[in-house]
Amino acid sequence: MSLDLGVFCKNTLDGEVVDHCFSALFGLAQNSDPSYLDWLMKAWGWTLAVAGLGLTIALILGAVMGTLRTLPTTTSLNRWLIRISTAWVELFRNIPILVQVFLWYHVIPSFVLPLKSLPSYWLVSIALGFFTSARIAEQVRAGIQALPSGQTAAATALGLTTAQSYRYVILPMALRIIIPPLTSESMNLIKNSSVAFAVSVPELTLFAMQAQEETSKGVEIYLAVTFLYALSAFAVNRVMSQIEKRSRIPGFIVSNDASLAH
Amino acid sequence: MKKNLLVAAMLGLGLIASVQANTLDKIKSSSAVTMGVRESSGALSYTVGDGKYAGYHVEICQRVLGDVQKQLKLKALDIKYQAVTSQNRLPLVANGTVDIECGSTTNNATRQKDVAFAVTTYVEEVRIAVKANSGITSLAQLNGKKVATTTGTTSVQLLRKHERATGVNFDEVFGKDHADSFLLLESGRADAFVMDGSILAGNIANSKNPKDYKIVGEVLATEPIAIMVPKNDPEFKAAVNAAIAKIVANGKMPGLWNQYVFRFRCFL
Repeated sequence: MSLDLGVFCKNTLDGEVVDHCFSALFGLAQNSDPSYLDWLMKAWGWTLAVAGLGLTIALILGAVMGTLRTLPTTTSLNRWLIRISTAWVELFRNIPILVQVFLWYHVIPSFVLPLKSLPSYWLVSIALGFFTSARIAEQVRAGIQALPSGQTAAATALGLTTAQSYRYVILPMALRIIIPPLTSESMNLIKNSSVAFAVSVPELTLFAMQAQEETSKGVEIYLAVTFLYALSAFAVNRVMSQIEKRSRIPGFIVSNDASLAH
Repeated sequence: MKKNLLVAAMLGLGLIASVQANTLDKIKSSSAVTMGVRESSGALSYTVGDGKYAGYHVEICQRVLGDVQKQLKLKALDIKYQAVTSQNRLPLVANGTVDIECGSTTNNATRQKDVAFAVTTYVEEVRIAVKANSGITSLAQLNGKKVATTTGTTSVQLLRKHERATGVNFDEVFGKDHADSFLLLESGRADAFVMDGSILAGNIANSKNPKDYKIVGEVLATEPIAIMVPKNDPEFKAAVNAAIAKIVANGKMPGLWNQYVFRFRCFL
């Protein structure tokens, strides 16, 4: 079985070899008709766009919902916020992601009419973002509850309000603790973004299904797509590990880094 | 599920080593043959549930295999049905998992590198389906509109070519299968659905209200559809072609056509 990577230099209209296969990638030249490589890059862009928007939504909502779940049960407002955030987490993590995507695309817009004009890119990002936010919320809650209770008590003793103690004492510590599971969650989001093909976002999975049909070069196409997914997920991993390193408080959070061992 | 895993594993193996065997010998020694069929390919090949399949191509294949059985002087021939998809049908025929594929496969030069085709038994026209009250009657009117088609079909590339050749600019939306594409048209997310005429007609016929839809406009492409057999096996291909020729010579073909295809064609 030999690989024929030349398929990526063919144009997507008639399968002829294009003039600028790689130079078009860097904007040095322009193909009159796009090649499969051009299309692959565009598809990759869509994958990153869906994952990026989804991650933004997930991080914001996840941090908010996770924090709300840990509020002290002192006031009735707090008790309601805890109930709402718990319902949020249970709702979005108990429904399969593909079903949620279809709900957002086919079902919810038929009740909430303004959503009909929203492009499928937004709908699928919302679906992915809400799904992942439920998981991130649980990690945020775990991070907050992992802190010694003395931290909250000390913040209260200093005269900080609940909001202030979260802002200045609890969250800065808790969010640092949960960076490793957040890394996994962010990488998962890149991979989960493949469900977007089902609602007509022209991302990598849709590219793979369509291009292998047109070219009969399934092995090459799927290898390229696999490589790009792996590369994207690995890039997220590296970025997160940098963030982890930069935001570390020496001596406070246990690390397997040898330089901190002494 | 287990069956799917098995197919996936076979697919993987097949990609590594393409098995080349004499299909007639294989059928004779095992008294069994595997027929590739589709779950829902319009009138040509569809499931009737319970692991049973029917359709214009399926019945032609059953008759062909009957002739093969006679030619090989087999007392009994066990026909195994293997459901295939647009994605796996070529590899499965190329690696010998499926001996004869009776679905709705377009015969073209790219595919002939991997497999062979029997004589053309069906000619498909790619058409446009719209809502009857939309007032759209041709491709030119789709400028700026949303056009649905199904991922993994030749229609996607065809639309791209038309867009380039005619300068008509439309947004493509991709359904993950034909039913999904039709849902896009039904729910108003797409203004038109471009696909093989028989598939459009089948979806319209099965919709809640078939009168709401129309197949309109010019024929965008004409494609020869044929039964797919392994490459480099002239004996098996000749046996299949001879059996098809016999059905035609006996005057049985129009009957099959009416039985399966005509009821769909009413909508065209």
